[in-house]
Amino acid sequence: MKKECVGMLLAGGEGTRLGLLTKNMAKPGVYFGGKYRIIDFTLSNCANSGIDTVGVLTQYAPFALNRHLGIGQPWDMDRSDGGTSILPPHRVKNGGNWYSGTADAIYQNLHYLDQYNPEFVLVISGDHVYKMNYSAMLDFHKETGADASISVIEVPWEETSRFGIMNTNEHYTITDFEEKPMHAKNNLASMGIYIFNWPVLRQYLTDDAASADSSHDFGKDIIPKMLGDHRKLSAFPFRGYWKDVGTVQSYWEANMDLLEDESQLRLDDPDWRIYTVNPNQPPHYIGKEATVRGSMINEGCQVFGSVQRSILFYGVETKSDSFVKDSVIMPNVQVGKQVTVERAVVKENTVIPDGCVIKPADEEQVVVIDKDTIFEQFSYANQL
Amino acid sequence: MGVVNLDSEYDFLQELTYFRCGAAVPFAGRYRLIDFTLSNMCNAGIRDIAVFTRNKYRSLMDHLGTGAEWDLDRKRGGLFILPPDWNDPTDVSKGDLQHFHNNRDFFSRGSSQYVCVSGSQFVSNIPLHEAFRHHLQTEADITLITKTFPTLEEEHRNCLKTEHDEYGWVTALTNDKTNPAVFSGMYIIGKRLFLDLVEECISRGKENLFHDGIKNNLDKLHIQTYQHEGYAAVVNSLESYYKHNMRLLDPEKYRELFFSDHVVYTKIKDEPPVKYNSHIEVKNSLIANGCVIKGEVENSIIFRGVKIDHGAKVKNSIVMQRCHIEEGAVLEDVIIDKDVTVSKNRMIIGAKEQPYAIAKRSTI
Repeated sequence: MKKECVGMLLAGGEGTRLGLLTKNMAKPGVYFGGKYRIIDFTLSNCANSGIDTVGVLTQYAPFALNRHLGIGQPWDMDRSDGGTSILPPHRVKNGGNWYSGTADAIYQNLHYLDQYNPEFVLVISGDHVYKMNYSAMLDFHKETGADASISVIEVPWEETSRFGIMNTNEHYTITDFEEKPMHAKNNLASMGIYIFNWPVLRQYLTDDAASADSSHDFGKDIIPKMLGDHRKLSAFPFRGYWKDVGTVQSYWEANMDLLEDESQLRLDDPDWRIYTVNPNQPPHYIGKEATVRGSMINEGCQVFGSVQRSILFYGVETKSDSFVKDSVIMPNVQVGKQVTVERAVVKENTVIPDGCVIKPADEEQVVVIDKDTIFEQFSYANQL
Repeated sequence: MGVVNLDSEYDFLQELTYFRCGAAVPFAGRYRLIDFTLSNMCNAGIRDIAVFTRNKYRSLMDHLGTGAEWDLDRKRGGLFILPPDWNDPTDVSKGDLQHFHNNRDFFSRGSSQYVCVSGSQFVSNIPLHEAFRHHLQTEADITLITKTFPTLEEEHRNCLKTEHDEYGWVTALTNDKTNPAVFSGMYIIGKRLFLDLVEECISRGKENLFHDGIKNNLDKLHIQTYQHEGYAAVVNSLESYYKHNMRLLDPEKYRELFFSDHVVYTKIKDEPPVKYNSHIEVKNSLIANGCVIKGEVENSIIFRGVKIDHGAKVKNSIVMQRCHIEEGAVLEDVIIDKDVTVSKNRMIIGAKEQPYAIAKRSTI
């Protein structure tokens, strides 16, 4: 069945800079915001933008992610025509390979796209946190008549050296692309969101696959090649909250951003729901002696201690006289009595024994612990 | 197969049942009364469930939908919501027997040989599969699920009580005000016997399957009891509704109902976690997702999507879905139905014994 626009969601990244957080989990599958996984933001964007056909490209540690995606039902993508399809690397007649780059991942799934024969392909990745209407970008793409459109966001000038910068003319036509420039001429950073005319992209992917010296990456190979060929590329300016949660620090910051009294990233917009798998837990209980300030708490939690500027995922229990501050506590964690947790990310199912004091040695840092952590080092006696 | 028979339940909850039947009344922050019965059945592996409803079922149908949340959207069997629309000119059945008679197809199509019949006012997390095992082991005709309460309360006044011998065989079903063994309204029965009793009742012009078919045939039937040991509450009046919501603020009871081996399922709303602002007070409360709390909450049950603004105080109250409590408003001992806006600085104070209920979609 022909589709106007099909989404290709890159979800195979390892996210090495997230350390312990991605030990057994692809980066898009990492928990975020008290209820979600990072990939929920892009998938919900698709659902809310009317894109009902999405291929999810997985590679690194996809176990929890596969289970999370299921048949796409939470995102209303359990469709008879389209819906989500999980696309892992696979064998074909003449071999088959691991995905060696973002472009290669899509090249190896040409057959998937061909069955829908779309006019446009939306390429997104499952490791950014933002709310964006892709259908507005698609309208923009059609209006400008470009071969490809790239969504861009203004970043502070002093941070331009961390991003891929798009230089444009006054009509947002891209003239030049610089990866992490030392002296940027512009502050429009690529958000890694692309819309291509499918026949054009198909040709470029095929050529790129045949090229021996290519790294098969959209940012490094496909886009520069298209610019070199004087294809028309437009920059779609995005305004709003967007965060690449690539490091433990930025992951933690993005979570803390949600706790501002007037957060820039609203999760409770009834017209732009963020969908996820629902664990069906009861309302959370806040105890008689508990204190809660500036926090987000999910269902199924039982809070008997103090929780300040922290995020509690479902099924977390904090026992009496515990103190949780500036932290992210993932599902089903038990925080024992008289425990202190500060500036920490506690992974799911961790049981923190009574009396532990968990904080980073350096106040600027964030500590990550999981159920394999040895807690003796954090016991109160060792802190004296 | 399961039957949730709502036919003989009265709309007892005053303002709360103006627009919905008792089974669809919201309970415990995110559930509706019927969720507990349905979840008990599903968790015991019952895959064909009929809901017999007589009136005000819009809200109930909206809530149950295809039954997907209870995993009842099955290719074969699943959930059947059966409102009354019967045009059989030869039909002489009366009362709840009309339902059983006119929906015979439901019973004959299901492959199961046993029927579990229940109402919706008994809130519990019962291991029904154990009750079923008990039914098979004792080779009973019928097994009644009962709960012995430590003290009898007002809401048990109209419940039937069971008397049984040392082997659990029922000897009498009475309204004895001193007997703490309360019948839950839930029973398991063989399908053939069940259909025979239905026919017999109809041919004798009776109106109530349980009373006329079972209670009045006690001498002919072998009836067992299965004692439920865990949490249970009978909700059949506004007072008991308020009381049992509030009792869930006891963490022991809360855990018994929600964190036993089985999950209680309900309709999913995709609300974000609760957002607590930096200057708030919250104590001893149950709060469901989607709420934004900027004021004070104490001893209360707050349903999904409620906004409590700066300086507002909610105490000993039940606030249902999507209510908005504006700045400086004060609520004490009240039950507020869905979509109510309480305007700035309004003060509404009820009495603990007689909570003040405010109907759906009003602005006060």
